[in-house]
Amino acid sequence: MENELKLASGAMVALGVATAALVVMPYVEVRDVKPAPQLKPYTSAEQRGRNVYVANGCVYCHTQQPRDRNLGPDADRGWGRASVPADYAYDKPHLLGSMRTGPDLLNIGARQPSRDWHLGHLYQPRAYVPGSIMPSYPYLFQVKDAAEAKQEGDQPITLPPGYGPMVGQVVVPTPEALDLVKYLQSLDRTYPVLPPEPKS
Amino acid sequence: MDSAILSLAGAFVLSIIGLFVFIWSLRKGLLVENPAAASVIFARGEIGHTDDPAAADGERRSLQAAASEHGSAGHGADAGELQDRVAADRSSAFPVFMFIAFALFWLILGSAAGLVSSIKLHEPDWLNQQAWMTFGRLRTVHLTAVLYGWITNAALGMILWLLPRLLRTPLHAPVWTMLGGALINTGIAAGIGAIASGWSDGMEYLEIPWQIGIFILVGFVLIVLPVLYTLVNRKVEHLYVTVWYTVAALLWISLLFLVGKMPGVHTGVQQATTNWWYGHNVLGLWFTPVSVGAIYYFLPKIIGRPVRSYNLSILGFWTLAFFYGQVGGHHLIGGPVPGWLTTLSIVQSMMMVIPVVAFSINMAGTMKGRMHLARYSPTLRFMMFGGAMYFLSSIQGSLESLRSMNAVTHFTHYTVGHAHLGAYAFVTMVLFGAVYFMMPRVLNWEWPFPRLITVHFWLAAVGIGIYFVALTVGGWLQGVAMLDPARTFMESVAVTLPYLQWRSVGGTLMLASHLVFAGHFLAMALRFGPQRTGAALFAHSRELEVVYGK
Repeated sequence: MENELKLASGAMVALGVATAALVVMPYVEVRDVKPAPQLKPYTSAEQRGRNVYVANGCVYCHTQQPRDRNLGPDADRGWGRASVPADYAYDKPHLLGSMRTGPDLLNIGARQPSRDWHLGHLYQPRAYVPGSIMPSYPYLFQVKDAAEAKQEGDQPITLPPGYGPMVGQVVVPTPEALDLVKYLQSLDRTYPVLPPEPKS
Repeated sequence: MDSAILSLAGAFVLSIIGLFVFIWSLRKGLLVENPAAASVIFARGEIGHTDDPAAADGERRSLQAAASEHGSAGHGADAGELQDRVAADRSSAFPVFMFIAFALFWLILGSAAGLVSSIKLHEPDWLNQQAWMTFGRLRTVHLTAVLYGWITNAALGMILWLLPRLLRTPLHAPVWTMLGGALINTGIAAGIGAIASGWSDGMEYLEIPWQIGIFILVGFVLIVLPVLYTLVNRKVEHLYVTVWYTVAALLWISLLFLVGKMPGVHTGVQQATTNWWYGHNVLGLWFTPVSVGAIYYFLPKIIGRPVRSYNLSILGFWTLAFFYGQVGGHHLIGGPVPGWLTTLSIVQSMMMVIPVVAFSINMAGTMKGRMHLARYSPTLRFMMFGGAMYFLSSIQGSLESLRSMNAVTHFTHYTVGHAHLGAYAFVTMVLFGAVYFMMPRVLNWEWPFPRLITVHFWLAAVGIGIYFVALTVGGWLQGVAMLDPARTFMESVAVTLPYLQWRSVGGTLMLASHLVFAGHFLAMALRFGPQRTGAALFAHSRELEVVYGK
């Protein structure tokens, strides 16, 4: 019996220490952070858009955590100041990400506020960024006859010449695409962060 | 002192104390060797007898002849103890077959999804009309299928096969484990369907929606309980090191999954630390101990010699248990997390050198002068390759956690290469070897085409080689480009393209090797092929002796 007890208790102690360090302590430490007054909770459209972001796995190529200058030129690229825990007060699930196959998006709303740009870019990224390897998302759009779209009151997107559908057809965004763009436009953590209180 | 330093020091001191307490309680004299414990895997008189059920007849004789040069083989093994082993194997045969069959199904599905995802990174407009085929979803299908579907199923099958042997006790309540396996695989299938249709919890490694996760958790519990019951009612005194690794790993993964998937608890930055606590521990406290435990069994068993130092293997176990759990924070270096957390993880990542070196010294000592046996034993080739890659991937991981290197490799394909070095070159290769060793005993039928095992090995080894080198070089160049403010971000994308294409080449070879493997497995399970050495799955025990080589 002695060995089994050692095995089970030792394994649990080891995991307990790890859990205390990586789960419980951060919980205690960032539990009480208050979001800055400029950071607003997501609206329901933005939250729906955030779900589209999660569902399509945008997080696997885009981080949402600009780093400090001593770790990389994120600020020089216009990605914003280093983020702090309070910036994520309304984020569930967190979308910090671990890959930069594409650029950081925590401040994409401030960097690229244009709705039309976002819609067109989602439809065909290479129409806007030559050499981009981002997937195009045709399933977030509908290609329709121009007359039909007009009749139904749709708002087609504008695309650079050469990237649109056939003559007489237009590209209409689905509600998911519109929500996703609203979420992307809402990504703006450019407000200043108060320096932490001086240590006594 | 501020709280950060206090907590850092506290956690560190605590783990060091814990480590020493356990080492002390295990062995009063750490340097006194314990050959009896190391020989538990052999029946009396069996040392000196090589054993590889996957080898063809000729190879088997050559293997025995080559091993005998270094010491005479003992007399015949104790027949009673061999009978115990046959009984142990028979008790677990059906659950093991079920887990391995599921594992192979997910391996094919997962690696096909991986290859398509890989190609999509350099052909971004390929297969983009359907939502489920977009990169973000297919990549996650790949990850879920290979991590939970392939590795977890294969590991569970292997554990259920090894424990009755090592404990010399038939598996208690095998039906429960099969029910657990059915639940786990239901959960995996449902999870993959959910991810493909856009229902995901959104965190890396934890995408399976928690509602579906309940199936998986209950499945784990149904497997852990019979395992613990078998453990408590065992017939051997010594717990061999493989038992330590595998049983602890089973307990760990069940708890990890429970805490990681707990809905409604974690938010924001704290959720990110939990995410990486889980993400790295799946590798560190589940895949790694299972695979290391497997090498500690199969390698000595094949060459017919006990491991060089039993105590070193136990030291490796406890250091792994105490250090590996805390390394996940280095995934958030430079992120919006408390600084002490990344520092702690970097410290513990460096401490991981201890168990890795303990393992490597031990294995090198055991294999010394016997490396050439790999020529005759297909299973040994897989095990040696996996063991060597464990050393490489862990050392690489420790170095990678250092700030200077992490600053370059963080956020790049380099990390993906490292993950595959661990999960494929190490863990998956060990599991391949284990399946080749186990199945003839499980099905009481030889592998019909031994040559295909060699084909599988070389396709997989060359494939992962190309894959790893391509992503390591490409990822490093990507990281350097990203850190240079004078270069545009798009340059960091363009520089990776040729390497991403090479990755697809490596991935194609890996998928091809899996198709060979699965085809061979099917041929064996369906009794197709030239050799027939034994009876069917539920044969009388007397007829089983053919494969057991007495």
